[in-house]
Amino acid sequence: MPSDVNKGVAPSSKPKFWNDPDKRAMLFQVLMVLTVLGFFAYIISNALYNLEKRGITTGFAFLDQSAGFEILLALLPYDATYSFGRTFLVGLLNTLLVSFLGVILATVIGFVMGIARLSQNWLVNKVATAYIEIFRNIPLLLQILFWYVAVLQPLPLPRASIEIGGAFLNNRGLYLPWPVFESGFSLVMIALAIAICAVVWLLRWNHKRQDATGERFPVLWTSLALLIGLPLLVYVLAGSPMSWDEPVLKGFNFKGGATIIPELMALLIALSVYTGTFIAEIVRSGILAVSHGQTEAAGALGLNKSKTLRLIVVPQSMRVIIPPLTSQYLNLIKNSSLATAIGYPDLVSVFMGTTLNQTGQAIEIIFMTMAVYLTINLIVSMLMNLYNKRMSLVER
Amino acid sequence: MKKITSLAVASAVAIGMVSSAQAATTLESVKSKGFVQCGVSTGLPGFSNPDEKGNWQGMDVDVCRAVAAATLGDAAKVKYIPLTAKERFTALQSGEIDVLSRNTTWTQTRDTTLGLNFAGVSYYDGQGFMVSKKLGVKNALELDGAAVCIQSGTTTELNLSDFFREHKMTFSPVVFDTSDQTVKGFEAGRCDMLTSDQSQLYALRIKLADPSSAMVLTEVISKEPLGPVVRQGDDQWFNIVKWSLNAMINAEELGLTSKNIDEMKAGTNPNVARFVGLDGPKGSGMDLSDDWAYQIVKQVGNYGEAFDRNVGSGSPLNIARGVNALWNKGGFMYAPPMR
Repeated sequence: MPSDVNKGVAPSSKPKFWNDPDKRAMLFQVLMVLTVLGFFAYIISNALYNLEKRGITTGFAFLDQSAGFEILLALLPYDATYSFGRTFLVGLLNTLLVSFLGVILATVIGFVMGIARLSQNWLVNKVATAYIEIFRNIPLLLQILFWYVAVLQPLPLPRASIEIGGAFLNNRGLYLPWPVFESGFSLVMIALAIAICAVVWLLRWNHKRQDATGERFPVLWTSLALLIGLPLLVYVLAGSPMSWDEPVLKGFNFKGGATIIPELMALLIALSVYTGTFIAEIVRSGILAVSHGQTEAAGALGLNKSKTLRLIVVPQSMRVIIPPLTSQYLNLIKNSSLATAIGYPDLVSVFMGTTLNQTGQAIEIIFMTMAVYLTINLIVSMLMNLYNKRMSLVER
Repeated sequence: MKKITSLAVASAVAIGMVSSAQAATTLESVKSKGFVQCGVSTGLPGFSNPDEKGNWQGMDVDVCRAVAAATLGDAAKVKYIPLTAKERFTALQSGEIDVLSRNTTWTQTRDTTLGLNFAGVSYYDGQGFMVSKKLGVKNALELDGAAVCIQSGTTTELNLSDFFREHKMTFSPVVFDTSDQTVKGFEAGRCDMLTSDQSQLYALRIKLADPSSAMVLTEVISKEPLGPVVRQGDDQWFNIVKWSLNAMINAEELGLTSKNIDEMKAGTNPNVARFVGLDGPKGSGMDLSDDWAYQIVKQVGNYGEAFDRNVGSGSPLNIARGVNALWNKGGFMYAPPMR
């Protein structure tokens, strides 16, 4: 069609779309996405076809079947009559439990050790260095097995438990007395809520007053007194509406109270001690990244050492610390799947292990498990990114 | 090159991309590879366990050797692939192994939903309990509140839960991946008892530092027929594995042993003549050589020989024949006639 050709050649009209780099780039991107989608669609349909042909059951109907096996640690009501869907939730919560506690513990260990490593005190400095160098350089799986096999399993049998003020430690776990709340206890909780509100108000008031007058109020001690004193007072006035459920040796083992199983202890210790070393190094690098001039300026303003650290150095170093810290959190969560080596009933052990074997539906179960880890980690990432954004905004 | 191909096929299946290059039958692929890939346990004395020289031995291993003798004429042409209970079915489904002979219980779910076929029963077992003698327990009904070491991914987990529920008792399960770990947990006192198939309990007991410190309770709480498993959809291979096992059982019934088979072959018994392939159906129906059954008995021995050597009176386990005796001697072992 000659008219079209003329139009294309005319310098004033739009160039042909394959001559426009933007459109061309768009075209290739669309093609790429279609290819990738097509590839996955092919894989999925091929797998379904072949599974069908080989007589392997597919689909998610198994989630409603009753599981028929017990789980050592369940945060939800669970027994063998519950469904495989419930085993998924139980495993998931166990993973979240150890990850959550691990992240907190690793952060505490990491910050303490990271700061200790920069200490002028020779002993503190060397202890922190030794801790980091030892635990960072031993494979995590070995550490988990070490805590489990070499530290917790040689503990005495239940009948010879070590007693620590009402709590019992043996090779089946740590048995703690557990509070049982009676009817009047809600008053204590209300008192605690009031105390928290009062503390928040006090902090704000102190801040304003300091801005206006420069005077400071002993907030720390007042807050502590409020937080502990008020609920305690109400507790006594209400007639001590709480009792303790104490563990008692009965038959093979202790009954009553709360139990922390050795598998959880070993996994938690290993994960937080191991990840703590990396966090310590991240904290150290973050602190060193704050220029020395900041410390000197703080000194010139008359701030003492601990205030310099708390008000000047740490807030600025957070910018450097948070992004790599996020990676460590994600690593810890993923590493928690090593639980299966010592029989802690996490998602991988309960769902991708026992449930997979009882139902034989490998593809569905592995897919679900991967999706769960992906989701957890994306959420953690997102929260940390939000926190990071807030920290850097405050900074500038 | 072939190895790379089979590896690629296996990993492709693992990620769900079953390739269509499965045209070759299992027998053809075994013949071209020159060995049978056999899935066994990670170490269970009497059933599948490497000896001090690293040679695999046991009842389950003898089934693999019988299949190799029948198909390749040489019982030694087996490649053993140790698998945990969790891995075993996936390994078979994905084609990583040709036959799974790993103290595996025949159940409806496994037979009907996993794309697998059980080729027979090589050992009739039942679930039992092993407890420390120190506990002074004589009976499984005294075990309320006990901590129990179990291997993950087994029928044992389900039976145990059923048993305790039925008797309104509670227990805390401590689940490990391999039977070695369960023994270690039991030894360290993490659990009060260990539960597994009774034959395994005797085998695991001799793995303890002090075997006399533990005892196996007499109660049996379940039926556990153990046998070799193959993939569904290859009937020829299914027949080969089924009849390899049947040949071992029939040989015992006919009185054929690895020692006397050459002598008996020359005799006049028509059943023996059919067995050794001088007469009758021979091996053509399964695409095997005519003397396939002869090779099994000559190289591996009959069922009774395998039993005695691995788990019976000739072994440290010293398990009685019991229900695993031949049908005409008060047991369940019964194979269809070879004619």
